[in-house]
Amino acid sequence: MGIFLFFLLAILCVGGVLGMILSKNQAHNALFLVFAFACLGGLFGLLDAPFIAAVQIIIYAGAIMVLFIFVIMMVNLEQGISPEKKKWTLGLSAVLAVFLLVELGLAVRGMLGSLGRTGGPSIGSPTELGRLLFTDYLYPFEITSVLIIAALVGAIVLVKKKEKE
Amino acid sequence: MIPVGYFFSLSIVLFVLGIIGFFVKRDLITMFMAVEVMLNAANLAFIALAKAAGSPAGQVIVFFVITVAAAEAAVGLAIILLVFRQKKSIKAEDMRLMKG
Repeated sequence: MGIFLFFLLAILCVGGVLGMILSKNQAHNALFLVFAFACLGGLFGLLDAPFIAAVQIIIYAGAIMVLFIFVIMMVNLEQGISPEKKKWTLGLSAVLAVFLLVELGLAVRGMLGSLGRTGGPSIGSPTELGRLLFTDYLYPFEITSVLIIAALVGAIVLVKKKEKE
Repeated sequence: MIPVGYFFSLSIVLFVLGIIGFFVKRDLITMFMAVEVMLNAANLAFIALAKAAGSPAGQVIVFFVITVAAAEAAVGLAIILLVFRQKKSIKAEDMRLMKG
């Protein structure tokens, strides 16, 4: 059952990302990505991380992708993006991707088998995560809040139109 | 009982797909989405290894990655909006001020 669910979600997720790469329409790209991220949330759930799965769906598939869709609405290119004339960049990126895939595969080849299997004792309960966040990882947590304030102020200052004097 | 190595392999595939998307797509917004795909591939690797190690620390890191990704998306999209206001275009080829 679990392995069936894994392959279903993995194929849907890779399919969503492929759809993003192949589709020309930006709004469709964003929706494909929402779909892929939702599937990824399911995979996180399979990996014993129910809290991260919920965060993934609420923040990624919800908040961040809605931000993307808002920007796509504001930018609104009626004519769409014309296809790239230089075809060699496509071939070059394909070669690069194959090399990277082979290299990453070789790098982790030996350890894939020794990673064990899912199941066993549960590790990702929200209680446990919250305790870690507010004890061992308290400083990163606080620094993250400073980062978010900085990003908020930065985004507003960047986009704000200058007042005419 | 799924081998954790399967999840790790999937994260490698997703990362490579993100890189392909970044190089193949021509508009800034979709290139930005490809970066998000790469971040998510890293998240999947973190959670898979957290499961393999039997420790929730990897999930805490993913929590931070998601937060940083949200901040990055806000600032990045603001910059894309600025570029669009100035150039009336979001194609990557049009950003060649430094090429001369």
